[in-house]
This record gives sequence, C-alpha cells and structure tokens, in this order.
Amino acid sequence: MVFFKYSLQDPKLHLPQAGYEAKVKKMDSQLNQYLPVLMLLLVTSGFAVSTLIISVAAGKLGRRTKTKDIPYECGMLPEGEGNSRMSVKFYLVALLFVLFDIEVVFMYPWAVTYKKLLETDATLALGGMLSFMFILLVGYVYALKKRAFDWKS
Amino acid sequence: MEFLQYLSPATQFVLFSALKIFAVFGVVMTAVAYAVLVERKVSAWIQNRVGPNRTAPFFINYLPVIGPFLVRLGIFQPMADGLKFLLKEDFTPNYVRKVYFWIAPAITVIPALMTVAVIPFGSTLGTEKMVIADLNVGILYTFGIVSLGVYGIVLAGYGSNSKYPFLGSIRSSAQMISYEIAMGMSVIPIFLLAGSLNLGDIIRYQAEHGWMILKQPVAFVIFLIAAFAETNRLPFDLPESESELVGGYHTEYSSMKFALFFLGEYANMIASSAMMVTLFCGGWTLPFVTALSTPSSSILIGLLHIGVFFAKMALFMILFIWVRWMLPRFRYDQLMDIGWRRFIPAALINIVVTALVVAFLHD
Amino acid sequence: MPQFTDILFFGLAGLVLLFGLLTVANPFSRNPVTSAMFLVLTIVSLAGLYVLLHAFFLAAIQVLVYAGAVMVLFLFVIMLLDLKEEEHRRLKSGILAVGSLAVVAFVGILLTTLLKAKPTASAVAGRLVEGDTVKLGTLLFENWLLPFEILSVLLLVAMVGVILLTKKDLK
Repeated sequence: MVFFKYSLQDPKLHLPQAGYEAKVKKMDSQLNQYLPVLMLLLVTSGFAVSTLIISVAAGKLGRRTKTKDIPYECGMLPEGEGNSRMSVKFYLVALLFVLFDIEVVFMYPWAVTYKKLLETDATLALGGMLSFMFILLVGYVYALKKRAFDWKS
Repeated sequence: MEFLQYLSPATQFVLFSALKIFAVFGVVMTAVAYAVLVERKVSAWIQNRVGPNRTAPFFINYLPVIGPFLVRLGIFQPMADGLKFLLKEDFTPNYVRKVYFWIAPAITVIPALMTVAVIPFGSTLGTEKMVIADLNVGILYTFGIVSLGVYGIVLAGYGSNSKYPFLGSIRSSAQMISYEIAMGMSVIPIFLLAGSLNLGDIIRYQAEHGWMILKQPVAFVIFLIAAFAETNRLPFDLPESESELVGGYHTEYSSMKFALFFLGEYANMIASSAMMVTLFCGGWTLPFVTALSTPSSSILIGLLHIGVFFAKMALFMILFIWVRWMLPRFRYDQLMDIGWRRFIPAALINIVVTALVVAFLHD
Repeated sequence: MPQFTDILFFGLAGLVLLFGLLTVANPFSRNPVTSAMFLVLTIVSLAGLYVLLHAFFLAAIQVLVYAGAVMVLFLFVIMLLDLKEEEHRRLKSGILAVGSLAVVAFVGILLTTLLKAKPTASAVAGRLVEGDTVKLGTLLFENWLLPFEILSVLLLVAMVGVILLTKKDLK
C-alpha cells in the first residue's frame, strides 16, 4: 500500500515544515468548497432520475400502435437509416474548436497573472503572449484563406 | 440559532451548503416555470394577443377581487403545465436506441442546473457567504460544465435514430462549440483587469472600479450574443427551427422527457443571465449606494443584495424573451460566419487592446 | 479512521478504473458511442482526482478541454464514419497478443518508476503546492516560456494539417 500513502492529506503524518500546517489549512479551505459541488451533483442527478421515473409511473398508459412506432417525418414514410452520415465540415469545425479551445485555455493563467507579471517583467508578460497569439493568428488567417469557415459552398 | 454551537464546523458547513443548494434549486425551478409564463405573456403582448388568462384552481372563485386578477395574469398556468407534463403518456418508440433515448434528457438537465453553483447571488446572510461553492477557478468551472451540456443534445439526436433529431443535434452541437470559443475569449479582458477567476473577486473589483459593461462593452456584446447561441435561443435557434426540422433534437420526445429538455434550456438561460450580471453588471452591488455595495452583517441588507441580484437577472431574462419575438432566425452559414469570422478576431483585438492599455496606462 | 478525502480518493480511483475498463471492453455493448461516453466518464472522474490533489485549475481544464472538446470531436468522428461494422468485428488473436504485450510493458514501466521514486508522504509533502491559476501563470511565463511558444507552433501545425486533410479539393 506504499503507493497510496502520499494521497493522505493528514498533516500530522508529514514532517513539520515552516508554515506547513497553515498552508494545508488554507488549501483545504479551497478543497472544502468542492463538497457543495458534489452535493449539488447528487441533488440534480437525483432530480433528473426521479423525474424520469415519476413520468412513467404517473403518465397515461397509451396503446402502442404501428403508426406510433414510425419515426416522425411529417407524414412521409421514412426511408433509409435514421442516422445518415454527416458532412465533413462538422469534423473540421470540431477539430478547429479543439485547437482554439487549447489556445484560450492558455490565456486564462496569463490573464490572471498579467498585472503581477507586468511588475516583474513587462516585456515578458506582453511579448510572450503577443508572440503566442501571433503564431496562432497565422493559422487563423490560413484557415480563413482556405475558406475553412465558409459554409455556403 | 442556539443549537448551531453544538454542531461541529464540518456539520455546520454541510448543513448550510445543503440549505443553500435546496434554496437555489427551488428558486431556479420556480424561475423556470414563471419564465415560461412570462415568455407566453410577452409574446402575446408583442403579437397583440392576451396570453394565458383562464387557468384557475377551484378555490380561486372565493377570493373577491384578487382571485380573478391572478387568473388573468396566468399565475396558475405553470402549475397546470407541470401537472400536464407529468400526466401525459411517456412514449418510448421501438426504433430508438433506448439507453441513450432515456439518459439524454438527464444529461441535458444536470449540467444546466449545476452551472449556478459558483454564482454569488448575494453578499452574506449573517456570516454565511451567498454562493454555493466559492471556487477560485470560478468561471472555468462554469465553462467546463456548460461544455458537457453538448452531450445531452448529441445523444438525444443519436438516440432518437430519426432524421430530424439527428440533423438538429449535429447542427446544435456544432453551433454550441463554435460559440464557446468566442465566449471563452470574450471574458479574458475581464480577468486581465480583475486579476482573478473567482467571481466574488470580480464583483469586488467592479464595486471599486465601476461596472465591466462600461469598461468592456465589446466583450459584453460578444458574450451576450454568444449566450444566445449557447442557449439555442432565437435568433440562433436553428437546432429546433420548426419550419425546417420540426422540433430538432426533441422531435421524438414526449411527456416529462420533453419537459426536461425545456427545463434545461430555461435553466441555461437563467445561468447565463446570472453570469452576465456577475461578470458585467456588478453582481449584487449597486453603484452610488455604499451600503449596497459592501458586504454587511445585517440580515436586512443581505436580503437586499439578493434582491438586487435577482432584479438584474430578471432584466436579462426579459431581454432574452423580448429578443426571441423581435428577430428572425439566422441562416446556418451566417451563424457560422458570425461565430468564426467576426467574433474571434473581435475578441482577439479586444484582448490585445486591453492588455496594452493595462500595460501602458497602469489601470 | 479514514478521512473523507481518502474515501473519495479510493472511490474515484475505482470509478476511473471501472469506466476505463468499460471503455475498451464493455461486455454489454460494442457500440463505439458507448465506449466514447465511458471515456468521458473516465475523464470526469480523473478531474475529481485532480481536485483531491489540489490541482483545481488542471481539473477544470481537464473537463473543459478533454471532456468538453476532444470527446465531442471523437463523437463527431464516430458519427461521421458511421462505424456500423465495428459492432460485429471480432478480435483477432494476433492483435490481442500485441495489445496485451503493450499493456504489460506499460504497467511494468509504471511500476518500476513508482518503486524507484518511493513516493512517501514526507517526500510529497515537501513539494506541496496548490495548483491554482496564479501560480501556474507565473511558472508558465517565468520558467517555461520557450515550451509555451513552441506549443503555439505545434497548434499551428495541427491547424494546417486539419485544413489540408478536410479541404483537399480546394486549390
């Protein structure tokens, strides 16, 4: 069980360190804030599941007829598969979304520390991010020129 | 409150958290029900109709003046609607993929209800902070949970195994992920100014330096429009555009399963209204009134703060509803064009300009 | 008496393993969408583990990027390719042998590294840091600026690759 020992956050187990107990206490106060999130998850999923069950239990019992079991297509009889293949454009959108999402994710730590970084090294704070953005802007312009965002065609 | 001192701090924490969760849950549910009523009333007024005005429980006739007035306002309509949803036949067609068909409404509604956890809906009541979870990653939590909401829609379309729902769900998910980028980028200038992701800190910053809507109007406009797209509301309601796709991803749903999608949409509307109030309009604070912009130990002022927050939120909800009945729908290529070719450059320029201003003007 | 966080740790770790197993070898369904959904659950439970390790920013990013973006892409790909035959495909013994060899090798590497590192409580406690956003930003821009810039080039390459693959017909 030696592998799991380091997961224990009990401060008494560890070597006393300068300000260590205070640090653990401060950190745990933030960890504690995730307990209500867990509780909320339980409440909302309990609500969702119980509504689904109550709906079947309380709902009117209807007859299952042949027409009811046909997918709704405005009165036409459906032909072929329900889920046909979709356009490759959606794949392109999803992939570009992943890439831009990663880019945005890196902006958050930068934005939060920006004012602090300005005090120590302004060129690093501004230049670091501007060059990052510029390289990605090249990719964005390339996508624009290749008409990756064009949905008319 | 005598008995509280006999409880350990941990028990108190759990108890108060549970109280806040149930209070917020109840308020959101009520707000959803009455937002539907307001939607119907507002649409009726805009289209020169009357709207729901006759649903009445049997005892209402015994109340002299106020009874008929409430009936004409349609106060009892949401209750009747809710009951009707429960009593309708819950039909699962045999061509659907049953497991996904069943869990999709739940997956839609759970993230929608969980996003409100980090929103500070008031300052303090006594010593208790009026926020369910005071997370330091604040808005990233919301964005993370919102991004999980896509699965409910994708699975609804996939599970229905039918053409209209499938097309609707694919459209909807592509639309949601496209606008997530613009939304995520639009809020970065706020963090450049406030220096924290914690929503409580952002409100504090606004109380001291003025509302973000005045400092970051571009960010606000992008966020507002992206919020319309994220919640699939008109003018971005292509996933369920009735003239093309019948009902989009919930075409095959009935009874309470359909109601859960509906609830998810309105809960998302409430969450994004609350988010806009928090990020751009000062949250629970009011400018020019010192008592209302600082946390106070007085219960009365604490309640006033909550009132201010809900008033602001209601204004945004009315904006959502109003816009729905005023604007026509976008075409799909226009929608993608706005998201990718207009908002992303605009948000990027906004970030760079804000960074430069902060660096050189020492805001 | 075990602490509440320990119970949560073992619970979440169990969930991660269970969902991970169901992702690759689900006895009830060979539907690729089901596998993808279990992978989402694995990722979300992993985010829970990150929270327990005080890596709050990482947990949020895990949900936002992996569960919210990468897995949506996976689902799109599954629907795009319309993988019907995957449900009927049988495992070939050769593939199975190579696959299990890879698993054994990976577990071996993991175990030897762990044994060598000897992660005792005191060793970890000395380097206890809170994974909050401010610290991460400072580290990123003061110590790891070059990898960060190289990463943007990597993203650029990926972007160009995507467009080349999907827009082949356009000159």
